[in-house]
Amino acid sequence: MNMINLTIDNRPVSVERGTTVLQAAAQIGIKIPSLCYMKLEDLNIENKPGGCRVCVVEVEGRRNLAPACCTDAAEGMVVLTHSMRAIHARRTVVELILSDHPTDCLKCAKAGNCDLQSMAQHLGIREIHYEGEQSTFREDTSPAIIRELDKCIRCRRCEMMCNEVQSVGALSAINRGFNAVISPAFEMNLDHSVCTYCGQCVAVCPTGALTEVDHTGAVIRALSNPDKTVIVQTAPAVRAALGEEFGAEPGTLVTGKLAAALRRLGFNYVFDTDFAADLTILEEGTELLNRLTAFLGGDKEVKLPMLTSCCPAWVKFFEHQFPDLKDIPSSARSPQQMFGAIAKSYFADKIGVNRKDLVVVSIMPCVAKKYECSREEFSVNGNPDVDFALTTRELAQLINLANIDFKSLPDEDFDHPLGESTGAGVIFGTTGGVIEAAVRTAYEVFTGKKLSRIDFTELRGMEGLRHATIDFDGLPIHIGIAHGLGNARKLLEDIQAGKSQFHAIEIMSCPGGCIGGGGQPYHHGNAEILKKRQMALYREDAGKPIRKSHENPYITKLYEEFLGSPMSEKAHHLLHTEYFDRSKK
Amino acid sequence: MPKIKLSQRTNEIIREICASFDNSEGELINVLHETQHKLGYLPAEVQELIANELNMSVAKVYGVVTFYSFFNMIPQGEFPISVCMGTACYVRGAEQILHEIKRQLNIEVGQSTPDGKFSLNCLRCVGACGLAPVVMVGEKVYGRVAPQQVRKIIAEYQESTVKQEKHEM
Repeated sequence: MNMINLTIDNRPVSVERGTTVLQAAAQIGIKIPSLCYMKLEDLNIENKPGGCRVCVVEVEGRRNLAPACCTDAAEGMVVLTHSMRAIHARRTVVELILSDHPTDCLKCAKAGNCDLQSMAQHLGIREIHYEGEQSTFREDTSPAIIRELDKCIRCRRCEMMCNEVQSVGALSAINRGFNAVISPAFEMNLDHSVCTYCGQCVAVCPTGALTEVDHTGAVIRALSNPDKTVIVQTAPAVRAALGEEFGAEPGTLVTGKLAAALRRLGFNYVFDTDFAADLTILEEGTELLNRLTAFLGGDKEVKLPMLTSCCPAWVKFFEHQFPDLKDIPSSARSPQQMFGAIAKSYFADKIGVNRKDLVVVSIMPCVAKKYECSREEFSVNGNPDVDFALTTRELAQLINLANIDFKSLPDEDFDHPLGESTGAGVIFGTTGGVIEAAVRTAYEVFTGKKLSRIDFTELRGMEGLRHATIDFDGLPIHIGIAHGLGNARKLLEDIQAGKSQFHAIEIMSCPGGCIGGGGQPYHHGNAEILKKRQMALYREDAGKPIRKSHENPYITKLYEEFLGSPMSEKAHHLLHTEYFDRSKK
Repeated sequence: MPKIKLSQRTNEIIREICASFDNSEGELINVLHETQHKLGYLPAEVQELIANELNMSVAKVYGVVTFYSFFNMIPQGEFPISVCMGTACYVRGAEQILHEIKRQLNIEVGQSTPDGKFSLNCLRCVGACGLAPVVMVGEKVYGRVAPQQVRKIIAEYQESTVKQEKHEM
């Protein structure tokens, strides 16, 4: 190993070649403040434009201050991170940013979670010595994301996520000098761009420039309307992250408290999207087996590999970027939308409520779910199957508003019938989970044999692209997994080129899957948090008495009482969908 | 921004330019230069086509077009007027000249007159600082311009026309 020796703040440190001063300092417990810089360890995600200059340090023999985030450690280097000059420059930089930043922190959606606010606090800034012109960008509202660009500090994290990680290309730096900002082409609204609403820009924005559309007010109104029956579903990844909003360690499972909180908020029925995840497995798994059987029977027309379709940002991505492949994904709706369709038909009938008087709210780790539930095909005569999708963060806001002391809540259960779920439903919230859940069911249905093991660890992990071959009793089934749309793109290009060897592919837009969704508590660049959430979901799965979707008794009952069989005409009508070409070609 | 439909010929021209640079994303600036040279300006539809040909996002193309002041997204007038705002010209009164041109033509910087005759832009230093302040109309350079001369300069072009050399969209 080629080691480099240097001193930082008079302390010697030895680091590998290629280590930055910022990283080298961190190794000996010196935390140089940084703002635009962000690294998600092990996910191959790094934002290093060297733009904000908050991390400048003094390097002996160098005339200018050096940005620690993009200066490599060199042999014999003598670095001072807290010299008068470095501190002064750092504070000046932050003051200059603040001089063109709205000072509405008290009512900003990002208050308390804003990296700029924390930085100002960290540096003890009590006065802004500069005054000048203020940016006056227009606000842009879409079905899921709000852009308030006067709060943009040009850190370019969103641009990096949108382009390098997601390969979506909705956002770019435009203009120059004072007018420079991050925007879609021609400064058009996000709504008119190729944006997928994955929300990864929101997840990494250090300030309030990018936030989700707030639906808490609408939900409060519905809850206080005596004429409405209001029911709620909550996605798997929410239970592994909501606790963070109330001070719990990342990775704490709060399933019981979550159900209790929702009940105290006044929802008439507290249900679980995991139930709909089990339902998705029955539909999507059956579709996969149908395609496989046809393929093995010599059908040359059959579309393989089959791609999952749970993730609305992924759906919008291929509608824009790969419309020629729109017949390949499963036609199964996402669990959120399956839940809505069943709630407003089967369940509404069961409790004798007209669908117009039934309000379905979903709690999602996602901002794209807000867009998904607004898609026209998911409504009946203008009445949407899912009325409002709230993020995990918005739910925390509601819990606070309702004076609920979350930490002291007892553990409660979900209601029946749409609250019962299996371990397979739970792991939908992480990358690899949907396909593992599908394998558990598809194997048993296809082979007619009981699985000797339930944990398919070969499908788990955090690598952006993974593959595994599962033995279906002599038939090798090749499975691909991608999270992050840039990784998905690689698999899609292989399919286009006729090079794909896979039978089934799971795709999730967000790094880590839904646990890393754009609606989750902010990770502030700490990828450990995502891993802990992932482990939490596998723990929840392992502790469940039933771990295969087709063994969920309420799913069996739903088919017996209402749907008939998977892929039946009724199931097709309520639980499947079609995709649209959104490319401009 | 009004929508325009590119003629088949324009489509071909742009495709040829992109192809001459191997449809390489790294050649974007050269492609934009060449396209603007041929077409006169770079409207949204042209940028979309270029993005498509170079297999990159249109947001990135727009980012580059808006970064460099050389590129413009509206048609140039028959007689493009450029006012030098470089340091020498600026201190010798370029701003008053600019103000006077804007007043006379009733347009802002980056706009064209409704009859398409004049367009107005600023540029940074034409390398004739000894003649400051400098105004260019087309390729012709006017030095030591005073605000009172603006009317006369514009009048020179008011009646004349030049043969349209730019390719029509």
